[in-house]
Amino acid sequence: MCAWLPPLAALLIFGALLPHRAFAAVLPDDRADIFYSSYNGGGMNIKGESVLVRKKFAEQFSVQANYFIDKVSGASVDVLSNASVIKDERKQKSISLDYIRDKTQYNAAYTNSTEKDYISNTTHFSLSQDMFGDLTTVSLGFTRSRDKVSEYNNGNHTVDRKGFADTRSYEVGLSQVLSKNLIGGLTLEVITDQGYLNNPYRFVRYTDPSNPKGYSLGNEVYPNTRTSNALTARAKYFLPYRAAASVSYRYFHDTWGIKGNTTEIGYTQPFSNLFIFEGRLRFYSQRRASFYSDLFSGPAVQNFEGRDRNLASSKNTTIGAKVTYAFLPNGWKMFRRGTITGDVSRITFKYNDFRDIKDFGIPGYVAGTEPFYKFNATVWQVYCSMFF
Amino acid sequence: MQKRTSSVILVVAAALFLGACSNLQPWVKPYERDRLADPIMSWERDAISGAYLDHIYESREGSRGATGTAGGGCGCN
Repeated sequence: MCAWLPPLAALLIFGALLPHRAFAAVLPDDRADIFYSSYNGGGMNIKGESVLVRKKFAEQFSVQANYFIDKVSGASVDVLSNASVIKDERKQKSISLDYIRDKTQYNAAYTNSTEKDYISNTTHFSLSQDMFGDLTTVSLGFTRSRDKVSEYNNGNHTVDRKGFADTRSYEVGLSQVLSKNLIGGLTLEVITDQGYLNNPYRFVRYTDPSNPKGYSLGNEVYPNTRTSNALTARAKYFLPYRAAASVSYRYFHDTWGIKGNTTEIGYTQPFSNLFIFEGRLRFYSQRRASFYSDLFSGPAVQNFEGRDRNLASSKNTTIGAKVTYAFLPNGWKMFRRGTITGDVSRITFKYNDFRDIKDFGIPGYVAGTEPFYKFNATVWQVYCSMFF
Repeated sequence: MQKRTSSVILVVAAALFLGACSNLQPWVKPYERDRLADPIMSWERDAISGAYLDHIYESREGSRGATGTAGGGCGCN
């Protein structure tokens, strides 16, 4: 498992790969995409490449195949604190089938994601129904992911099996045309996990006067179940001069005590028929899990203990810009048109109770007084889409 | 008795609600939806890009889920 990749990642990425419609049952356009991405931040460098093909057939069906590969290298703050440098590769294959009958759209899909130390198999089924003059779309979805979690030891190149995780997701969605210029949506998703939910590369630390550092490291102990609820409300408005403004808010809480708030605003501005410019701002904050602590008072003082920074109180802010250039407006051979898109995001992460211990030894710091961890990340995406 | 009264109220309310639905007329006619059909009004135009950004956040935050959009079979995530 890449240190940056939690359980459920395949399920989540897979879900987002499914088509997003504003309203009305229509199969997505036939298209082929080539995608490159780069993530740099927190000592990590991740290069991604992906190919996607979607094709309609027999009028009522559409099939999509996607291959994604992530190459991870670097050393995050966790690695510098207590582990070896990461070098890993994740390969993800997925296939999805859509079927439309009258005003109902069905989707079934399967995804496999493989790393040295993590194997995930995800199946999904959903349906959506248009109603009330096609102004309303209601959708129901179910996803199940079965993951095999291992730990890769860089020193002797061994993989130790740690356990299995079983994840089920239930989703209900509503998309509503509110006026000639405004659409809105609500999505509720409940996710339950059972099994080995730890990240095998993360450790707790506890006060230890016998250690010259003032602390020692121990194994994390997580509950073997988790249930979370997330509710998102969103709206998009068509402005009078052919531009769009959007806003969304998500509230999240789970049985581990985490509460999260995500707010996002976006603006889309076309320029002639050749360019589309987009900007977005995203604000996220979360409260820590009930069993999280940066520094425990001693070894095994609680039933459950964690020091994964994903469980800490934190905030992050994203500013993003995207430009799409349309070419081949009159088509070429089998292609109707094409687009090239460049997207850059700058994300600032700040942690309120996760301390940066990688530089321990700086004069004046004792265990529990180190500076709080923070870092910036830059994400680049470049992709070409051909529609046919 | 109180329980029965509540049940009756519920049934009457449901009947009225469903009756109203039968007469419900679309307040935005099909020929008035050209702006909503504009590609710039799509929640997410590019599947891989949207999935990739979602993945970045899900991998670094405690929150997860409900990032899909109703309709289009995006019942997962």
